[in-house]
Amino acid sequence: MLSIQNLTKIYDGKVLALDNVSFEVNKGEFLAIIGLSGSGKSTLLRCINRLIEPTSGQIIWNNLSITTSSQEEMRFIRRKIGMVFQHFNLVSRSKVITNVLSGRLGYINPTLSLINRFPQSDVELAIKQLERVGIADQAYKRADELSGGQQQRVGVARAMMQDPEMILADEPVASLDPVLAHSIMQYLEKLNKEEGVTILCSLHFLDLVHEYADRAIALNQGKLMFDGVPTEIDDKKFKNIYGQEAKRVG
Amino acid sequence: MDRLANLPWWAILIMLASILFIYSFITDEIYNEVFNKIVVGIRLTITVTSIAYLFAITIGLLTGLGQLSSNIFVRNLALLYVQVIRGVPIIVQIFYTAFVIVPAVITLINLAGDQLAIMGWLKTENIFTKLSVREVNFITRGIIALAISYGAFSAEIFRAGIQSISSGQIEAAQALGLTRFQSLRFIILPQAIKRVLPPLGNDFIAMLKESSLVSVLGVNEITHLGKKYAAASFRFPETYNTLAFLYLSMTLILSMGVKAMERKLKTGSE
Ligand SMILES: Nc1ncnc2c1ncn2[C@@H]1O[C@H](COP(=O)(O)OP(=O)(O)OP(=O)(O)O)[C@@H](O)[C@H]1O
Ligand SMILES: [Mg+2]
Repeated sequence: MLSIQNLTKIYDGKVLALDNVSFEVNKGEFLAIIGLSGSGKSTLLRCINRLIEPTSGQIIWNNLSITTSSQEEMRFIRRKIGMVFQHFNLVSRSKVITNVLSGRLGYINPTLSLINRFPQSDVELAIKQLERVGIADQAYKRADELSGGQQQRVGVARAMMQDPEMILADEPVASLDPVLAHSIMQYLEKLNKEEGVTILCSLHFLDLVHEYADRAIALNQGKLMFDGVPTEIDDKKFKNIYGQEAKRVG
Repeated sequence: MDRLANLPWWAILIMLASILFIYSFITDEIYNEVFNKIVVGIRLTITVTSIAYLFAITIGLLTGLGQLSSNIFVRNLALLYVQVIRGVPIIVQIFYTAFVIVPAVITLINLAGDQLAIMGWLKTENIFTKLSVREVNFITRGIIALAISYGAFSAEIFRAGIQSISSGQIEAAQALGLTRFQSLRFIILPQAIKRVLPPLGNDFIAMLKESSLVSVLGVNEITHLGKKYAAASFRFPETYNTLAFLYLSMTLILSMGVKAMERKLKTGSE
């Protein structure tokens, strides 16, 4: 359902962040993206919803060409692609529920959205999403009063509010401690298994990859170095991905 | 001892002085006369400040957005305006607006009227050709001058407010499929407003004080009335005591308002 073909991104005509990357993602898959810092994981995820303009190559999603879509078409595509960020990217001064509801804004007619009111059905849906991530009791607190783990759950609930077919998660657990990391990963897993949401998730730790991902791709300096099931990553492949000096810890 | 040291002595002093002043205004004949002569200008002071302020924040919002625009022409125009205003003393700006900009604009309007008449769209004698510089009174010119001047200052406030919103939030809004307008309306402005309100409130206070400068145009606000009265009566201490008291009480009340607003914004949420 998602096909990346010869994707290349060069920043400012100098920095080669993605180098001719091609791969496919099936509907309902949980794909991990691994690689060192600076290998191009964030760039790849952001090219998929065109927060970053690719330099060349193609991205096809559900038979739609993302790379050639107009801004207007992109808005409709983005509605169906949720995104979860490392630093949560919530409106920190707004209430939790307002943040979750903002996941619905893409569905609201822009000209009608002058008034700041959501239908009751959306408010109920938002509470339900917060229940699913276990923080319904925090709905009317300000987002910045929550702990990091709770804020990321709000981030997940906001993405779910979009009713997405696919979620792009850019190191969603990198700023959380390990116990919280697992709880966030479990919510993503649940979405994936129970609702069939396709998940593309960049991760730093291999143990998380083994535990949650069906498949992994690895980047090294913008090049695709590996594409397969996580258990296939042996010592040799590991060194290809992370460099010769790297030691396995995960 | 600590408790005594922490008391706001300055506020207590001002309060005592105020009581003394109010007492003199009622009982002392000279102060009573001075007060009555000057206080009639308060309405004009407040009117000039308020109208100029409304124009200033409108200019400021547009200029602030302009400074952040991706359009080179718009951005440079906004930057030029802000830099020019910052580099020229306000009193010079007031003379300049009153005696150069306003007459020049009127001349342009007259020319446009002539052109329209030549093209046969209007009569030879039309509202544009008939407009003369003298019809624009000095109150209006003072208001225009203050608006132009403070527009640049509030532009900086708006620009900083908008820039203080993290790029992550703008990215998140984009990822949710929001249009640029929706991002501005739902993500950027609600947060920016909270950050700009206190400094904008302080701008109003500064402007109230600065409105005294339009006295150089002969606008009968309190400073001008005071100046005229003092010159005629030679009651300099009484006049300027009263004048200072009037400004001080207005600005103190307003800054208490701004402080309260700041506190409320700090704790409140959307
Ligand atoms: N906006 C940008 N302008 C210029 N270069 C950039 C920009 N963003 C990223 N890069 C460069 O592109 C390369 C890939 O960066 P990217 O952020 O995609 O890596 P990453 O794998 O997500 O790293 P990390 O694990 O640190 O998040 C890096 O060399 C980075 O310095
Ligand atoms: Mg990254």
